[in-house]
Amino acid sequence: MKNVAFKRPGSTRVLPGFGLSMGISVLFISLVLLLPMTGLFGQLFELSFSQYWAIITDARIVASYTVTLGAAAVAALINAVFGLLLAWVLVRYEFPGKRLLDALMDLPFALPTAVAGITLATLYAGNGWMGRLLEPLGFQVAYTWVGIALAMAFTSIPFVVRTVQPLLEDLPVEIDEAAMSLGAKDGVAFRRVIMPYLWPSLVTGTGLAFVRSLGEFGAIIFIAGNMPYETEITSYMIFVRLQEYDYAGASAIASVVLFISLVLLLLINVWQGRFVRRLHGGKG
Amino acid sequence: MSIRLHNIAKHFGATQALEPLELTINEGELVGLLGPSGSGKTTLLRIIAGLESPDRTCTPSAIYFGERDVTQVHVRDRRIGFVFQHYALFRHMSVYDNVAFGLSVMPRSSRPSSAEIRRRVFRLLEMVKLEHLAKRYPAQLSGGQQQRVSLARALAVEPDVLLLDEPFGALDAKVRQELRRWLRHLHDELNFTSVFVTHDQEEALELSDRVVVMSNGRIEQIDTPDTLYRAPKNRFVFEFLGDVNHLEGHVANGVLTCGDAHVAVELPDGHEELLLRPHEIRLAEAPSPESHLPVTVTAISPVGAEVRVELAADWLEAPWLATVRHADFERLALSRGKRLYAHLRRWHRFESNAASLRSPATS
Repeated sequence: MKNVAFKRPGSTRVLPGFGLSMGISVLFISLVLLLPMTGLFGQLFELSFSQYWAIITDARIVASYTVTLGAAAVAALINAVFGLLLAWVLVRYEFPGKRLLDALMDLPFALPTAVAGITLATLYAGNGWMGRLLEPLGFQVAYTWVGIALAMAFTSIPFVVRTVQPLLEDLPVEIDEAAMSLGAKDGVAFRRVIMPYLWPSLVTGTGLAFVRSLGEFGAIIFIAGNMPYETEITSYMIFVRLQEYDYAGASAIASVVLFISLVLLLLINVWQGRFVRRLHGGKG
Repeated sequence: MSIRLHNIAKHFGATQALEPLELTINEGELVGLLGPSGSGKTTLLRIIAGLESPDRTCTPSAIYFGERDVTQVHVRDRRIGFVFQHYALFRHMSVYDNVAFGLSVMPRSSRPSSAEIRRRVFRLLEMVKLEHLAKRYPAQLSGGQQQRVSLARALAVEPDVLLLDEPFGALDAKVRQELRRWLRHLHDELNFTSVFVTHDQEEALELSDRVVVMSNGRIEQIDTPDTLYRAPKNRFVFEFLGDVNHLEGHVANGVLTCGDAHVAVELPDGHEELLLRPHEIRLAEAPSPESHLPVTVTAISPVGAEVRVELAADWLEAPWLATVRHADFERLALSRGKRLYAHLRRWHRFESNAASLRSPATS
């Protein structure tokens, strides 16, 4: 009985292929995700703790955290509002060009970020189309944190739209109709009936957009101007260290970004799990 | 509150969902809108609710609740209660919050105090026998319970009319029966005007004071269940309200012939189609001078007050369904494959151009 040799005694799994598919998954994760991370931590061990601490608390680096986090937060908030609106428009209304708009939503994923960055930079530079209009009004976008936030918003908008959209599609129109038939005004119905359904996906989408913005590089460096203490983002600082062949320093800074991202993703997951449980009626 | 509809029509794109129609529902009535899917019954209900608007035509349409013209009134101000087929409960809210929703979204000036809301919600929950589940969430309730919550939620705002869209359609047969009776009692007790949509003739006939039978966007007949069943106005109504057997043949000299079968009928010569209810067929072991309809028993279902028997013959296009009393069933010693003769107690016949009697679309 050849077959038996592959089966552990007492194994009664009905779905076939667990061993093989799980094995390949683990191998894939190890090669693609875990190995580079291990490499990163390997680099870190070349530093003593005080060296590490000195690198990650360097004034210029700390300034870059502020710029990155601030711009990413602004970009995420903008995306939360407009991403929700876009998803709403795409799901709830019929209009000509709807499919085109829907396809356009994925453009930031498809476009090389450097292309987006160069385009944005030329557009908002003092002599660009938008820059020419905005600068006389005293509103400078290129080479300021506004430009950084803009580039971040551009690259991360699909996260919000694509996480909210399916939930909105699953939300039956009867729910709105029920709220309205009970006398609720549009605003009240949206706030008390529709938003509670969308919260988890909106928070997840916004969180993902935020985390994505933290790591964005290509789209930003062209429009940021990279002025020390002003418009340097953290990934640019990593890039600078790499150019100086300071791999340990680059890893140290990268570890901070990685840590923040991981904590955020974890928080979102925990929060969402709790929310979903509530939707299914507490713990019972 | 009575409901009066005048010249209501509806198109969805190029398809006509409703032909211009008039309908009056009296105060305190429980009216069923009955029809196959696509007959426009749900559209009509949604127009009454204000969830759809009727076509704007040159002849003005109007909807009245009592003396109040609500044609242009938004659904939220029409003072209706709407119950959806799939309950449409707010699943992030407890049962209590669902029922309280309509009261809690009232403008501050007219909103009852929270103690008053609490009192009213619990009174409603008591009425639907769910007060012990007030803290539960919809996902923790059975379908029947959810529909009761949905009904309590609709009644909480004390609507002028209660509208129910296939309220029992998603429930299993036994719960459906129970809820049906319960709704009838509730209606008699509270005496509101209600309209419900169903595609189940049994449900419509059992529950309604009057039934509106619809097909293809038209009202075919409006009558009490009794009249509707006994005196259907046309063939569609007759066929929709129960099982029907067909007998098609050529009449010559007062005898309808169909293959090797014949039966005496008082009809002028020509091609005729007779319609028979299952209980209008009598089975016997011998033919009679008036009737020679040889049939073979192909299936027997002895469930219920009567035995349902399927009959086939080579002169029949589709098998017949006949109901036989248990006593007759035993007397005839019915079994599958047994050859018998059918006799007609009664039969029905509708002019093939009966459609022309219906109100034409032009107005």
